[in-house]
Amino acid sequence: MAATSNKPRVATVSLAGCFGCHMSLLDIDERLLDLAELIEFDRSPINDYKSFDGRRCAVGLIEGGCANEENVRVLRDFRTHCDVLVSVGACAINGGIPALRNMVSVEECIDEAYRSGLTVVNPDGILPDDPELPRLLDRVRPCHEVVKIDYHLPGCPPSADTIWNALTALLSGAPPELPYPLIKYD
Amino acid sequence: MTAALASAIGEICDGVGRDPTRLLDVARAVQERFRCVSTAATDHIAKELGVPRGDVDGLVSFYAFLSREPKGRVVIRLSDDIIDRLHGFDRVRDAFGRALGIEPGQTTPDGAITLETTSCIGMCDQAPAALVNEVVVTDLSTDRAREIVGDLRDHMEPARLVRTFGDGNNAHDLVRAMVNNNIRAEGPFVLSELQRGEAVSKAIGVSPAEVIRAVKTARLRGRGGAGFPTGMKWEYARNAEPPDGSRRKFVICNADEGEPGTFKDRVILTERADRVLAGMTIAGYAIGAEEGILYLRDEYAYLQRYLEHLIDERRGDGLLGPRILGTDFGFDVRIQMGAGAYICGEETALINSCEGKRGDPRNRPPFPAQSGYLGCPTIVNNPETLCCVTKIIETGPATFCAHGSPASSGTKLLSVSGDCHAPGVYELPFGLTLRALLDRAGAADAAAVQVGGPSGTMVAPDHFDRRIEFDDLATGGAIMVFGPDRDILEIVRGFMDFFVHESCGYCTPCRVGNVILRDRIARIIDDRGEPSDLDELETLSQTIRATSRCGLGQTSPNPVLSTLESFRSAYEQRVEADPDGFRRSFDLASSVCLTVSPDARPSSGGREPSP
Ligand SMILES: Cc1cc2nc3c(=O)[nH]c(=O)nc-3n(C[C@H](O)[C@H](O)[C@H](O)COP(=O)(O)O)c2cc1C
Ligand code: SF4
Ligand code: SF4
Repeated sequence: MAATSNKPRVATVSLAGCFGCHMSLLDIDERLLDLAELIEFDRSPINDYKSFDGRRCAVGLIEGGCANEENVRVLRDFRTHCDVLVSVGACAINGGIPALRNMVSVEECIDEAYRSGLTVVNPDGILPDDPELPRLLDRVRPCHEVVKIDYHLPGCPPSADTIWNALTALLSGAPPELPYPLIKYD
Repeated sequence: MTAALASAIGEICDGVGRDPTRLLDVARAVQERFRCVSTAATDHIAKELGVPRGDVDGLVSFYAFLSREPKGRVVIRLSDDIIDRLHGFDRVRDAFGRALGIEPGQTTPDGAITLETTSCIGMCDQAPAALVNEVVVTDLSTDRAREIVGDLRDHMEPARLVRTFGDGNNAHDLVRAMVNNNIRAEGPFVLSELQRGEAVSKAIGVSPAEVIRAVKTARLRGRGGAGFPTGMKWEYARNAEPPDGSRRKFVICNADEGEPGTFKDRVILTERADRVLAGMTIAGYAIGAEEGILYLRDEYAYLQRYLEHLIDERRGDGLLGPRILGTDFGFDVRIQMGAGAYICGEETALINSCEGKRGDPRNRPPFPAQSGYLGCPTIVNNPETLCCVTKIIETGPATFCAHGSPASSGTKLLSVSGDCHAPGVYELPFGLTLRALLDRAGAADAAAVQVGGPSGTMVAPDHFDRRIEFDDLATGGAIMVFGPDRDILEIVRGFMDFFVHESCGYCTPCRVGNVILRDRIARIIDDRGEPSDLDELETLSQTIRATSRCGLGQTSPNPVLSTLESFRSAYEQRVEADPDGFRRSFDLASSVCLTVSPDARPSSGGREPSP
């Protein structure tokens, strides 16, 4: 990709998510080619860039909420570098599946996962404690509890059409067309 | 123990004729006797009454005064509402806690005394107050708290805590309470002296239709808050058909008085209960009902024996019973005790509670006048409304209409409390300005007045010329006065605490939304609010209002909405946008869980992501 392009830059990230929302983004299929005409990806799992390089982004798409301090740091980094932030999917908007752990204490959660769970074999009861591992937050937070979020795209995941319509509308400045069948979930 | 429990429960159930609709009475009796409704007790009750276990369980978990775990022999319930808080609730609570060596919600290790907090107990004119079992103690201070604990440790007899009796019937042998009436203005109707039997005999001297016409001509509207025209309600019930094979209709008097800051029904029941009972009888005559229920909130249990005595007296005088004043008209009243739930003041929840169920509101329609208690046509009226009826019958509608304003005839009992020199009950004609009331109550420097309890309106000084009447400042009677030093947002938080506590939990917007509103207010109080919070408060409030099933949820956002409108600067002064777009309410350092990764490095805003 040409580093000198004037195209609007879009960054994406998966925080405490399952990458399903990114799969849905890829699901726009051949429109990926249109998208490549329209934008330049900044840091994103799609191009595997790991950090911002100082240039401003028009849009940041956030998948997943914040479960650990690294999620918080990255999300704040997005807020700093992007003009518009969009929470994409249930996890970013509500905490989603990871937030189910909010019902129990972190201690119990870790104990169940690494010590007393039925399928766990860990005779020495060792817990993961590598300093590389980001520390957990007491509760999983939806993104808008950590930084200001401009738009929310509901769904688990939002369909490819939803993401496409919303993203292209954002880039063109037109109001998005999201007909009811696209954003109805029961 | 189990055998004793089983036989005691058997006896209690026999006492109510094994009628499953008396489940609440059974549970209350078991709680009183065994200090809890244990799992074993729940099983026995379910078996004896032939109801599903879940019904008993649901009931016990619903009412604040019922518990699964044993309470102490003496339970101290500190009234926690905004007026108590203004008058030193925190200090009194801590003094009790220290003297007992426990926190609120706990029982002393010897199982003797439990300390709890509870919603407003209807004593705001003599706050801070508390219930010690059913004995009311008022005007508490830290010294008095220590004294009470000392005395209880000594004799464990709450009744002996009362040294001097209050005025009027508070000193009656069957009441013996230290509560004071604090009647500051005795109006011409509700609080006026009465001749026992006058109203009832006049009413049954004319036809039921004429009684209803008189109530309509007087343009009487309900005094309980909603202001529904009483005559119209009665007419619906009169014309409604009881379900197949039944002739039963019911009159219920709603003495649940749970709206914080309201205590006028307490005074009515202490001093003019005869009027209330007469009003119920007249209502029964008008709609064709022979049975009445006086629903008395548990907090007023100290009045129960006195009220039962009055009912007996009236039976003796031929004013209650099968043949009233020798006619074919019969009407009798039983008292239904509540068990500590504000929502039971909502009339359909009240009816469920009378049927021995959880006090969840019902869907409407059908309205109670069509299908209420046991599916029969039922009217629910406030005690004050019923008192007004007696006066309308005694003196005629014209005299009644001569007081008040065109749209709001008659007088209103106002419970004034908070930062004023003369808290108490005022019976004054509708249509008076708030300012006039404040002058009488010695509240010249009021900076804010909450009219109508937490679900009402917060009025700023530039609106003190508004009038107390149905078309302007409608109120069930609560007037809370706040002086210039009070923090408006703290008051709003107190009101939201109340709604969070009292929501029955059926509708998500009410159950969850009120918590979010309260937490957002707390965030602003903690100086972590942002301007966008104000818009969000507003939108969420509108959603809760529009999507809740009953009056509680439909009015619970009012403290927020009304102060956002009239005291907006109190909010604006305290919110600030973050220049980076980070949430000011999120603090990373205190949100990281430190207990599970023992040797993790301290964080300064998160680590670099791995390369
Ligand atoms: C949450 C809630 C609580 C209420 N509490 C009371 C109460 O304590 N006393 C009362 O008379 N009415 C209360 N009401 C109003 C009743 O539903 C009902 O309108 C009233 O008792 C009718 O009597 P009235 O027409 O004589 O005013 C409450 C309503 C709601 C929604
Ligand atoms: S919203 Fe659904 S698809 Fe997206 S990250 Fe969460 S779980 Fe995965
Ligand atoms: S609005 Fe609130 S109190 Fe009323 S029924 Fe719904 S949850 Fe219960």
